[in-house]
Amino acid sequence: MPLTMKKQGDRLSVLLRGDIDHHSALPLRNAIDEAISRTRPKTLRLDFSEVTFMDSSGIGLVLGRYRNISTYGGALELSGLSLRYLKIMRLSGIEKIAKIRGGDESAKATK
Amino acid sequence: MQKPQNEMKLIFKSLSINEGFARVAVSAFAAQKDMTIEELNDIKTAVSEAVTNSIVHGYKNSIGDIYITCGIYNNNTIRIKIRDKGCGIEDIEKAMEPMYSSLGGDRAGLGFSVMECFTDRLKVSSKPGKGTTVILEKKVSIKC
Repeated sequence: MPLTMKKQGDRLSVLLRGDIDHHSALPLRNAIDEAISRTRPKTLRLDFSEVTFMDSSGIGLVLGRYRNISTYGGALELSGLSLRYLKIMRLSGIEKIAKIRGGDESAKATK
Repeated sequence: MQKPQNEMKLIFKSLSINEGFARVAVSAFAAQKDMTIEELNDIKTAVSEAVTNSIVHGYKNSIGDIYITCGIYNNNTIRIKIRDKGCGIEDIEKAMEPMYSSLGGDRAGLGFSVMECFTDRLKVSSKPGKGTTVILEKKVSIKC
Protein backbone atom coordinates (compact mmCIF):
# COMPACT_ATOMS: atom_id res chain seq x y z
CA MET A 1 0.00 0.00 0.00
CA PRO A 2 1.55 3.34 -1.05
CA LEU A 3 0.96 5.10 2.25
CA THR A 4 2.36 5.30 5.76
CA MET A 5 0.21 6.06 8.80
CA LYS A 6 1.27 7.33 12.16
CA LYS A 7 -0.86 7.97 15.23
CA GLN A 8 0.56 10.64 17.54
CA GLY A 9 -1.72 11.55 20.39
CA ASP A 10 -5.02 12.70 18.90
CA ARG A 11 -3.64 13.02 15.41
CA LEU A 12 -3.53 10.47 12.63
CA SER A 13 -0.95 11.40 9.98
CA VAL A 14 -1.14 9.77 6.58
CA LEU A 15 1.74 10.11 4.16
CA LEU A 16 0.44 9.38 0.66
CA ARG A 17 2.83 8.13 -2.01
CA GLY A 18 2.81 7.66 -5.77
CA ASP A 19 -0.03 8.48 -8.17
CA ILE A 20 -3.53 9.33 -6.95
CA ASP A 21 -6.10 8.58 -9.61
CA HIS A 22 -9.43 6.76 -9.75
CA HIS A 23 -7.60 3.41 -9.88
CA SER A 24 -5.39 3.97 -6.85
CA ALA A 25 -7.90 5.95 -4.77
CA LEU A 26 -10.03 2.97 -3.69
CA PRO A 27 -7.37 1.04 -1.73
CA LEU A 28 -6.15 4.32 -0.23
CA ARG A 29 -9.67 5.18 0.84
CA ASN A 30 -10.23 1.78 2.41
CA ALA A 31 -6.95 1.86 4.33
CA ILE A 32 -7.55 5.37 5.67
CA ASP A 33 -11.19 4.70 6.60
CA GLU A 34 -10.17 1.55 8.42
CA ALA A 35 -7.58 3.49 10.44
CA ILE A 36 -10.11 6.27 11.18
CA SER A 37 -12.68 3.86 12.58
CA ARG A 38 -10.00 2.11 14.61
CA THR A 39 -8.35 5.22 16.09
CA ARG A 40 -11.01 7.97 15.76
CA PRO A 41 -8.42 10.76 15.55
CA LYS A 42 -9.34 14.34 16.50
CA THR A 43 -7.22 15.48 13.59
CA LEU A 44 -6.57 13.67 10.34
CA ARG A 45 -3.56 14.98 8.46
CA LEU A 46 -3.08 14.00 4.83
CA ASP A 47 0.43 14.66 3.56
CA PHE A 48 0.83 14.99 -0.23
CA SER A 49 4.55 15.70 -0.30
CA GLU A 50 5.39 12.32 -1.89
CA VAL A 51 2.53 12.26 -4.37
CA THR A 52 3.78 12.02 -7.95
CA PHE A 53 0.49 12.62 -9.78
CA MET A 54 -3.01 13.65 -8.76
CA ASP A 55 -6.23 14.32 -10.63
CA SER A 56 -9.73 15.08 -9.30
CA SER A 57 -9.82 11.65 -7.64
CA GLY A 58 -7.60 13.28 -5.00
CA ILE A 59 -10.40 15.74 -4.23
CA GLY A 60 -12.85 12.87 -3.89
CA LEU A 61 -10.46 11.10 -1.54
CA VAL A 62 -10.13 14.19 0.65
CA LEU A 63 -13.84 15.12 0.64
CA GLY A 64 -14.87 11.56 1.46
CA ARG A 65 -12.47 11.37 4.42
CA TYR A 66 -13.70 14.76 5.61
CA ARG A 67 -17.27 13.45 5.57
CA ASN A 68 -16.11 10.44 7.54
CA ILE A 69 -14.31 12.28 10.36
CA SER A 70 -16.84 15.11 10.56
CA THR A 71 -19.51 12.63 11.66
CA TYR A 72 -17.84 12.63 15.09
CA GLY A 73 -16.35 16.14 14.97
CA GLY A 74 -12.86 15.38 13.65
CA ALA A 75 -10.80 18.00 11.84
CA LEU A 76 -8.89 17.72 8.58
CA GLU A 77 -5.45 19.06 7.71
CA LEU A 78 -3.70 18.90 4.36
CA SER A 79 0.02 19.32 3.96
CA GLY A 80 2.70 19.06 1.31
CA LEU A 81 0.45 20.25 -1.52
CA SER A 82 2.35 21.55 -4.55
CA LEU A 83 0.91 24.56 -6.37
CA ARG A 84 -0.55 22.19 -8.96
CA TYR A 85 -2.33 20.04 -6.40
CA LEU A 86 -3.51 23.15 -4.57
CA LYS A 87 -4.99 24.45 -7.81
CA ILE A 88 -6.90 21.18 -8.26
CA MET A 89 -8.03 21.09 -4.62
CA ARG A 90 -9.26 24.69 -4.79
CA LEU A 91 -11.74 23.79 -7.54
CA SER A 92 -13.74 22.12 -4.78
CA GLY A 93 -13.48 24.93 -2.25
CA ILE A 94 -11.70 22.55 0.09
CA GLU A 95 -9.82 25.34 1.83
CA LYS A 96 -13.12 26.20 3.54
CA ILE A 97 -13.28 22.90 5.39
CA ALA A 98 -9.67 21.82 5.75
CA LYS A 99 -6.66 23.52 7.24
CA ILE A 100 -3.97 23.74 4.61
CA ARG A 101 -0.52 23.72 6.09
CA GLY A 102 2.25 25.35 4.14
CA GLY A 103 4.81 23.19 2.47
CA ASP A 104 7.73 24.00 0.27
CA GLU A 105 5.42 24.92 -2.56
CA SER A 106 7.83 26.62 -4.91
CA ALA A 107 10.17 23.66 -4.92
CA LYS A 108 7.40 21.33 -6.00
CA ALA A 109 5.61 23.62 -8.40
CA THR A 110 6.57 21.44 -11.34
CA LYS A 111 5.03 18.25 -10.03
CA MET B 1 -7.96 22.28 -38.44
CA GLN B 2 -4.91 21.64 -40.61
CA LYS B 3 -3.18 18.27 -40.81
CA PRO B 4 -1.09 17.28 -37.83
CA GLN B 5 2.71 17.17 -38.08
CA ASN B 6 2.60 13.89 -36.26
CA GLU B 7 -0.17 11.73 -34.89
CA MET B 8 -0.64 8.58 -32.85
CA LYS B 9 -3.60 6.38 -32.00
CA LEU B 10 -4.22 4.16 -29.03
CA ILE B 11 -6.93 1.60 -28.31
CA PHE B 12 -7.18 0.00 -24.89
CA LYS B 13 -9.72 -1.62 -22.61
CA SER B 14 -11.67 0.44 -20.09
CA LEU B 15 -9.87 -1.03 -17.07
CA SER B 16 -8.95 1.45 -14.36
CA ILE B 17 -5.34 0.26 -14.39
CA ASN B 18 -5.10 1.80 -17.89
CA GLU B 19 -5.69 5.34 -16.56
CA GLY B 20 -2.01 5.57 -15.71
CA PHE B 21 -0.97 3.96 -18.98
CA ALA B 22 -3.08 6.37 -21.06
CA ARG B 23 -1.83 9.60 -19.49
CA VAL B 24 1.80 8.47 -19.57
CA ALA B 25 1.55 7.26 -23.18
CA VAL B 26 -0.04 10.52 -24.37
CA SER B 27 2.47 12.65 -22.48
CA ALA B 28 5.40 10.59 -23.82
CA PHE B 29 4.17 11.23 -27.36
CA ALA B 30 3.36 14.91 -26.78
CA ALA B 31 6.77 15.49 -25.19
CA GLN B 32 8.45 15.44 -28.61
CA LYS B 33 7.10 18.97 -28.93
CA ASP B 34 9.11 21.36 -26.82
CA MET B 35 7.11 22.42 -23.80
CA THR B 36 7.48 23.03 -20.11
CA ILE B 37 7.08 20.26 -17.54
CA GLU B 38 4.07 22.21 -16.26
CA GLU B 39 2.37 22.05 -19.65
CA LEU B 40 3.12 18.36 -19.98
CA ASN B 41 1.61 17.75 -16.54
CA ASP B 42 -1.46 19.78 -17.55
CA ILE B 43 -1.94 17.38 -20.47
CA LYS B 44 -1.43 14.34 -18.23
CA THR B 45 -4.02 15.57 -15.75
CA ALA B 46 -6.64 16.40 -18.38
CA VAL B 47 -6.18 13.03 -20.16
CA SER B 48 -6.49 11.20 -16.85
CA GLU B 49 -9.85 12.89 -16.20
CA ALA B 50 -11.24 12.13 -19.65
CA VAL B 51 -10.17 8.49 -19.57
CA THR B 52 -11.56 8.05 -16.05
CA ASN B 53 -14.91 9.43 -17.27
CA SER B 54 -15.03 6.86 -20.06
CA ILE B 55 -14.26 4.08 -17.58
CA VAL B 56 -16.60 5.04 -14.74
CA HIS B 57 -19.43 6.64 -16.71
CA GLY B 58 -19.22 5.54 -20.36
CA TYR B 59 -18.65 1.86 -19.62
CA LYS B 60 -20.28 1.88 -16.18
CA ASN B 61 -21.11 -1.81 -15.85
CA SER B 62 -19.13 -3.20 -18.72
CA ILE B 63 -15.71 -3.20 -20.32
CA GLY B 64 -15.28 -1.61 -23.73
CA ASP B 65 -12.62 0.01 -25.86
CA ILE B 66 -11.32 3.54 -25.40
CA TYR B 67 -9.82 5.28 -28.44
CA ILE B 68 -7.29 8.07 -28.17
CA THR B 69 -5.92 10.11 -31.05
CA CYS B 70 -3.18 12.58 -30.24
CA GLY B 71 -2.01 15.07 -32.85
CA ILE B 72 0.85 17.54 -32.78
CA TYR B 73 0.24 20.63 -34.91
CA ASN B 74 2.49 23.30 -36.42
CA ASN B 75 0.95 26.07 -34.35
CA ASN B 76 2.29 24.50 -31.14
CA THR B 77 -1.00 22.86 -30.35
CA ILE B 78 -1.50 19.39 -28.99
CA ARG B 79 -4.93 17.98 -29.74
CA ILE B 80 -6.17 14.88 -27.96
CA LYS B 81 -9.38 13.09 -28.80
CA ILE B 82 -10.69 10.57 -26.27
CA ARG B 83 -13.63 8.51 -27.48
CA ASP B 84 -15.70 5.69 -26.04
CA LYS B 85 -18.66 3.71 -27.32
CA GLY B 86 -20.31 3.67 -23.92
CA CYS B 87 -23.68 4.83 -22.65
CA GLY B 88 -23.24 8.48 -23.65
CA ILE B 89 -24.38 11.57 -21.76
CA GLU B 90 -28.05 12.64 -21.68
CA ASP B 91 -27.41 16.20 -20.59
CA ILE B 92 -23.88 17.43 -21.34
CA GLU B 93 -24.44 20.83 -19.74
CA LYS B 94 -25.47 19.22 -16.47
CA ALA B 95 -22.59 16.72 -16.61
CA MET B 96 -20.16 19.61 -16.98
CA GLU B 97 -21.47 21.50 -13.97
CA PRO B 98 -18.84 21.68 -11.24
CA MET B 99 -19.50 19.31 -8.32
CA TYR B 100 -22.17 17.41 -10.24
CA SER B 101 -21.64 13.67 -10.35
CA SER B 102 -24.19 11.11 -11.43
CA LEU B 103 -22.38 8.56 -9.26
CA GLY B 104 -21.90 10.34 -5.95
CA GLY B 105 -19.75 8.49 -3.46
CA ASP B 106 -16.15 9.60 -3.64
CA ARG B 107 -16.43 11.11 -7.12
CA ALA B 108 -16.03 14.86 -6.66
CA GLY B 109 -17.80 15.77 -9.91
CA LEU B 110 -14.90 17.95 -10.97
CA GLY B 111 -13.51 15.99 -13.91
CA PHE B 112 -14.65 18.45 -16.57
CA SER B 113 -13.65 21.41 -14.37
CA VAL B 114 -10.11 20.03 -14.18
CA MET B 115 -10.03 19.43 -17.95
CA GLU B 116 -11.16 23.03 -18.53
CA CYS B 117 -8.69 24.36 -16.02
CA PHE B 118 -5.66 22.66 -17.57
CA THR B 119 -6.34 22.96 -21.30
CA ASP B 120 -7.12 25.81 -23.71
CA ARG B 121 -10.11 24.20 -25.35
CA LEU B 122 -12.52 21.47 -24.32
CA LYS B 123 -15.20 20.07 -26.56
CA VAL B 124 -17.59 17.35 -25.51
CA SER B 125 -19.99 15.60 -27.84
CA SER B 126 -22.16 12.66 -26.93
CA LYS B 127 -25.09 10.57 -28.03
CA PRO B 128 -26.99 8.52 -25.46
CA GLY B 129 -26.44 4.87 -26.23
CA LYS B 130 -23.67 5.61 -28.73
CA GLY B 131 -20.80 7.04 -26.73
CA THR B 132 -18.89 10.18 -25.89
CA THR B 133 -16.04 12.08 -27.51
CA VAL B 134 -13.91 14.58 -25.63
CA ILE B 135 -11.49 16.83 -27.49
CA LEU B 136 -8.77 18.56 -25.53
CA GLU B 137 -6.49 21.21 -27.01
CA LYS B 138 -3.42 22.58 -25.36
CA LYS B 139 -1.26 25.39 -26.72
CA VAL B 140 2.29 24.89 -25.62
CA SER B 141 5.18 27.31 -25.46
CA ILE B 142 8.48 26.68 -27.11
CA LYS B 143 11.24 26.26 -24.59
CA CYS B 144 14.21 28.58 -25.00
